[in-house]
Amino acid sequence: MSILVGRKTRVICQGLTGRQGRYHAERMLRYGTQLVAGVTPGKGGSEVLGLPIYDLVQDAVDETDADASIIFVPPASAVDAIMEAAKAGIGLVVCITEGIPVQDMLRLKAALSFYNTRLIGPNSPGIITPGECKMGIMPGQIHQPGIIGIVSRSGTLTYEAVQQTSKVGLGQSTVVGIGGDPVHGLGFIDCLEMFEADRKTKGIILVGEIGGSEEEEAAAYIQRHVRKPVVAYVAGISAPRNRRMGHAGAIVSRAQGSARSKYAALEEAGVMVVFNPALMGAKMLEYFRG
Amino acid sequence: MKLHEYQAKALFREYGIPTPKGVLVDALDKLEQAARSLGGDEWIVKAQVHASERSQVGGVRWAHGMDELRKAGEALLGQRLHTGYGGPGGQRVDRLLLEAPVQLEQEIYFVMQVDRSLERVVCRVSQSGGSTGAERAGGEIEIVQVEADAVLGFMPFHYRQLSLELDLSRQARRRLAELMQNAYRLFRDKDLVMLRINPLALTGAGELVALDAKLTVDDNALDRQPDLRALHDAEQVDAIERAAEEHGLHYVRLDGDIGCMVNGAGLAMATMDLLKLHGGEPANFLDVGGHVYGPEQVAKALRLILSDGQVKAVLVNIFGGIVRCDLIAQGMIEAAGGQGLRVPVVVRMQGTEAYAGLQALAASDLGFITTHKLEDAARLAVEAARAGVAA
Repeated sequence: MSILVGRKTRVICQGLTGRQGRYHAERMLRYGTQLVAGVTPGKGGSEVLGLPIYDLVQDAVDETDADASIIFVPPASAVDAIMEAAKAGIGLVVCITEGIPVQDMLRLKAALSFYNTRLIGPNSPGIITPGECKMGIMPGQIHQPGIIGIVSRSGTLTYEAVQQTSKVGLGQSTVVGIGGDPVHGLGFIDCLEMFEADRKTKGIILVGEIGGSEEEEAAAYIQRHVRKPVVAYVAGISAPRNRRMGHAGAIVSRAQGSARSKYAALEEAGVMVVFNPALMGAKMLEYFRG
Repeated sequence: MKLHEYQAKALFREYGIPTPKGVLVDALDKLEQAARSLGGDEWIVKAQVHASERSQVGGVRWAHGMDELRKAGEALLGQRLHTGYGGPGGQRVDRLLLEAPVQLEQEIYFVMQVDRSLERVVCRVSQSGGSTGAERAGGEIEIVQVEADAVLGFMPFHYRQLSLELDLSRQARRRLAELMQNAYRLFRDKDLVMLRINPLALTGAGELVALDAKLTVDDNALDRQPDLRALHDAEQVDAIERAAEEHGLHYVRLDGDIGCMVNGAGLAMATMDLLKLHGGEPANFLDVGGHVYGPEQVAKALRLILSDGQVKAVLVNIFGGIVRCDLIAQGMIEAAGGQGLRVPVVVRMQGTEAYAGLQALAASDLGFITTHKLEDAARLAVEAARAGVAA
């Protein structure tokens, strides 16, 4: 058990023939992910890394029974790639692409509401169920099968949480990077709901950052619906207002989106917050040791 | 990317949004002629800088007669406004927008923006516009909001709702409907993330005139908006930030004395937070990227950080994943360039090839201080900066 992806997940890669796609596909295969095909318009019929390449997602699905797709295409074609996957009945789409215009995302999200497709990202490091399935660009070797569900808006900061939980021996059930863009697919609440229902997950680490109000909304959800212990860290308490900090979504504007407001909401919801990013794993361990 | 007021107003006119009569002036000796072409004996002199509250720092002045006009011009043109933007040096005023005053009955606050949690474009208005109005008062003044449908945009019922809230006359209602249609068309065509008119003047005749104009374009859409990209005024950006931009690095200059170089935006913020927790002050935010890049990128980034005279120590924090720590180390040694380091550089590496990276740095004899531990790295950097200040 775990959430969203596991041993049986059959994955295709849209953009497998590109430099980034190929590089990461190789690593996913080595990790043991069931990567079964690639899709690149115009390259159908060829083979890369021993995998068949199709022109259309629908053809790849028909031939391989794939149920998930990971996308490495440039921002200008990413919305098209996501919609093509949705139309072909892919249940889970992970979009790594960074730099999709926000108004494209608004239209995409509205259009996706007609499909039963879950989107992770864009601008996401991906998702991994350690020892079973890696759909993303994260370093596989720092992960360890275990009991902590991690959900994060960041990339390398997620690796920090992963490494800390591996080191204290808790390991991870599933790790989801929901992406650093202001408008994106799965959110904190979706993942919290799945982690709460997942039998393997015993505790949850939420890694937030400045900008927007998703952490506040997650706090309200946790208070009402989550019984499992939650540790949270919010990056950017030292960030100035009105400056975008790397991620398109990481900006404090006026009274909204500050780390302080997020910490206050999470604390009120009974979440174990840490102000020190080096202590996410230690805090979780402290809870389990009682 | 932010646009200047004069650039935004040119777009407004193109899209049928009324603006006051105005002339752009880039030299003091052109001021009088510009004023004469506008007529009257009263003008508003507006500094063209990328800041949201320039009137609070004297960036907008009223002038009665030519003497006052000259004085206002001298006080602004070529000077630096300390708006809190553009780094500690403030922003230079290269242009003035000279405008004729508009007789008005009411100042309205009007904004269209992307609401990330509703995942829609929203339009917010308030009866209390102007520099003392909705924007500054935070939550105290009532702001009404309507949300555009992803397919249909703003509909007549939205206009009706806002008109009622603003208590508009029949004539003004028609104008508000036009304004919302035009503004939304502009918003979509030009990939804006924010369009703000504050104040929007309501005249006695029921006309609506955009007295100010603030537009922010989606940075992710600039590839398909080449005309807007060409409007970018790099002078408004801090010099080091500008150099970083040219190298494809995301750098934000801050007030402290510990330079930071980190891979990944979230980890970069977390590193700044940790420095603060240990009593230090970060000099910058710098994300060298979470993806694949070479030693040259790293060398550029480190040189950039060291080019800030305020920097007394540097903290490098790399979590190798896809990125290999040994390659990063190579770039750092290259940046030090044999001449050694101007200030202590503390390096924490973790993940892929971290051991090899730290070893290469230690073996270089260039004075890098190395560790595996995040917490130790922050502490060492704060100590190094303090020692630097004391020396």
